[in-house]
Amino acid sequence: MTTIVEARGLTKRYRGITAVDGVDFQLARNTITGLLGRNGAGKTTLMHLLTGQEFATHGSITIAGESPVENPRVLQHTCFIKESQRYPDDFKPKHVFAAAPGFFPNWDADFARELAAELRLPVDRRIKKLSRGQLSSVGIIVGLASRAPITIFDEPYLGLDAIARQAFYDRLLADYAAHPRTIILSTHLIDEVADLLEHALVIDNGRILIDSPVDALRAHAATIAGPAEAVERAVAGLDVIHRERLGGFVSATVAGITEQVTASARAAGLEVGPVSLQQLIIRQTGGTPTEHEEVTR
Amino acid sequence: MDDGRPIFLQIAELVERQIIDGSLPEGAQVPSINEFAAFHRINPATALKGITLLVDAGVLYKRRGIGMFVADGARDRLISERRARFTTEYVRPLLREGAALGLDAAALIDLIRKESAS
Repeated sequence: MTTIVEARGLTKRYRGITAVDGVDFQLARNTITGLLGRNGAGKTTLMHLLTGQEFATHGSITIAGESPVENPRVLQHTCFIKESQRYPDDFKPKHVFAAAPGFFPNWDADFARELAAELRLPVDRRIKKLSRGQLSSVGIIVGLASRAPITIFDEPYLGLDAIARQAFYDRLLADYAAHPRTIILSTHLIDEVADLLEHALVIDNGRILIDSPVDALRAHAATIAGPAEAVERAVAGLDVIHRERLGGFVSATVAGITEQVTASARAAGLEVGPVSLQQLIIRQTGGTPTEHEEVTR
Repeated sequence: MDDGRPIFLQIAELVERQIIDGSLPEGAQVPSINEFAAFHRINPATALKGITLLVDAGVLYKRRGIGMFVADGARDRLISERRARFTTEYVRPLLREGAALGLDAAALIDLIRKESAS
């Protein structure tokens, strides 16, 4: 496994605010990583640092060993799809797609046409007349058809319905399988993308909270539920990250679970259940979500 | 595809089940990693991990450049492994649930007889 992205002591401060706070991480080449966290956690700043759109206050971030800042060798291999991409006035999607090969050497025009048809994007309509979902489709098409060795999607689905999002995930997986590349997916919709991810990077308050293969995370946590006394016996000495009570019934979310713990809890007649990646992250990033979906915005 | 365990384990078990029920007979070619990934909507690395488990266990074998196939004797081996786990996975939970409801072993055997006769 070779490292393609490496951050060391990476810090970004704006007047009085530390958006990214001394983070260290590495991303392996040709993997799909989820960049997850709450609003204001530092995800977008991290992506701006990664794509050379911001300067680090301290520390460094490199792509294939080089700094991305004003570095065409790095940037021509990078495609960053932002939630709020701006286009020239009067531009139509077809103009965007016609200009794309100039930015992305691996651009596949046939694939872009196919995607536009599947997502029902009116390629001949002016971009400022497009709906929020259609605008998102433009970004998704550019992100996929660019086949950039490093492709970054920042909340790429605003305004897209469930069917279009599923089309995006399916196409992403199929095209990634055929043309492996490094993909970073920043999203709030953790449950929707959990199975697509190989690696999860969870950021909270500018710090890395979880940096782990998704498989390991799933195996790592479980809920153990049943009569309070039996549950407390089963989880004694374990890392209980959350506890819910209903009368004499307790459901405890436990990190660092082992097969032995699972087996003895089951033998004691307790329910052992899965914890979704989304639940695990909510538990670890401090409780109740402040918002529901932004998808409809 | 979700019972809380790592997905690669679930993929491996799915293939094992298909070998046991005969829908993947010995000698048959199994789908490619990318086909598994697309069908189950999972990361190809996850699918590869599940299939690699079965290759390492000798249930599947690789023919370079062609694909993966079900090994001879795989079905019998899987069945004996499953039988070995049958007690912990089925019999004990049954006894436990029965005990909670006031059904002793004799009552459970009666129920099983009745059910299998019907």
